[in-house]
Amino acid sequence: MSDSKRVLLIEDEPNITEAIRFVLTREGWHVQTHAEGRDAVETVRERKPDLVILDVMLPNRSGLDILADLKADADLRTIPVMMLTARGSSPERETALRIGADCFMTKPFSNREMLDTVRSLMAGSP
Amino acid sequence: MVRDREHRLTGARIRARRAERRMTQAALAEAAGISASYLNLIEHDKRRIGGGVLGRVARALGTDPATLTEGLGPDLYAALESVAERIPSNPPPERDRIDGLATDYPGWAALIAALDTRVAALEHRITALGERMSHDPVLSEAVHDVLSTVTAIRSTAGILAEDGLDPQWQARFHRNLHEDSQRLADGAQRLAGYLNVGEAANSDAVSPQEEVEAWLSANDWSLDMSESCGLSEAGETALARHTARVTADADCLPDEALRAALKEVGLDPFRLADTLGAPVTRVIRRLAALPARAMPRPLGLVEIDGAGALLFRRQVTGFLIPRYGAACALWPVFEALLTPAHPIHRRFRQHGRDTRPLESWSAVDLTRPGGLAGPVVARAVMLVAPLEGVAGDGVPETVGASCALCPAPACPVRRESAVL
Repeated sequence: MSDSKRVLLIEDEPNITEAIRFVLTREGWHVQTHAEGRDAVETVRERKPDLVILDVMLPNRSGLDILADLKADADLRTIPVMMLTARGSSPERETALRIGADCFMTKPFSNREMLDTVRSLMAGSP
Repeated sequence: MVRDREHRLTGARIRARRAERRMTQAALAEAAGISASYLNLIEHDKRRIGGGVLGRVARALGTDPATLTEGLGPDLYAALESVAERIPSNPPPERDRIDGLATDYPGWAALIAALDTRVAALEHRITALGERMSHDPVLSEAVHDVLSTVTAIRSTAGILAEDGLDPQWQARFHRNLHEDSQRLADGAQRLAGYLNVGEAANSDAVSPQEEVEAWLSANDWSLDMSESCGLSEAGETALARHTARVTADADCLPDEALRAALKEVGLDPFRLADTLGAPVTRVIRRLAALPARAMPRPLGLVEIDGAGALLFRRQVTGFLIPRYGAACALWPVFEALLTPAHPIHRRFRQHGRDTRPLESWSAVDLTRPGGLAGPVVARAVMLVAPLEGVAGDGVPETVGASCALCPAPACPVRRESAVL
């Protein structure tokens, strides 16, 4: 994993954030975090990460709305987005994938599953 | 077909019974007065057995003929075949040996069939609960919180299970694990209690009114019924009742007039009522009956009776409406019930995860459906819309959805503690 890879983790659960940050940092990622829906799109625009990990249920704004904004923005739409959700219902998954999510992980997931998904996602990105 | 199967089972049962008694084929054949080769054909389902031969074989085996020909029956066979068909396993079940299983291990076979029945019942229950969760924002949020905590625990435990973790990190993750495990235990216990209360009510039921609301939502609140609605009979009746009310409102306040007034004064039911000379309650109901695509802002609606029961719900993002139990007593619509002559406009945010600012308009109809000698009946409506152009910080968090999941730390009207 290249040292230059940067991930923006948008997740409001602090202990999930801490665990994911630890695991990805150890893999060589530079991890930045954002804990709520408000200003999430602006944060992505400002930081231009290589990957966004985005929780669906966030305070103040749905992750699906944020995803829609990201994919509607010509400057941001190429950034891969991995959605996290505790509700693995197929309508929600279909909505996320239709809007343009690159992959969708259902909580609870293991660190190994998350790492494998991140690697697989980034293997296909520039 | 069934008779053939029973015939096969009889041969297998004779073989199993003989093996239990440690008899050779020759010894059994001799005792039954038949040749060993004929017995061999019977045991391997090449010959039918009945009448006197069956009686003699049964006697020689120390049992009665019925035990060899009945007992397990086609139901058990069908159940085992069904299990083998539906549930994959590795290695797969030997479907050509179901007879032998049922004969040699009747108790285990019956247990497998009983477990299959139990699994089917549980699957049905899970489907029902899944359906319930997808419609119940309160329950859905509770499950979300539990699953988030489980995710934190799983990730943290995964890190702690590794060798060579720095002691400082180890201590930190131990602390997180302790916090999350406590939170999970509390949340799971309360969630279980919440589910049990729901199950007592009727876990599978989606009420006719909910059917109507779901159908209207899927059709963008249009009452175009050119195609079959696919509702239950009770749902169709509830939809007809709703349609009659909407039609009556539309007769008094036609679309064209409402849309023209909307353009003139904007989305303000009080000003619209003044402009149109119509009751505020009717204006609110008419607005909430229009398709979302035709409205300048998303709209939600709740209708309640004088006892506070929720009669109709139109969901809008940012405003959770409970499916079960009582709503938050601080909703402005309940205040409106106390001042029926004075419609109420309020700005608020709802406690919880989505705290976007909202505004609402509430009004009450008082009627005497039984005439002047009858009781006065109240029916109140509250229209809810996201508040635009106003910073959320300027609007206080003043209401919840229901006590069960409201995180408000100190609430003067709390009836019960929060689930989480």
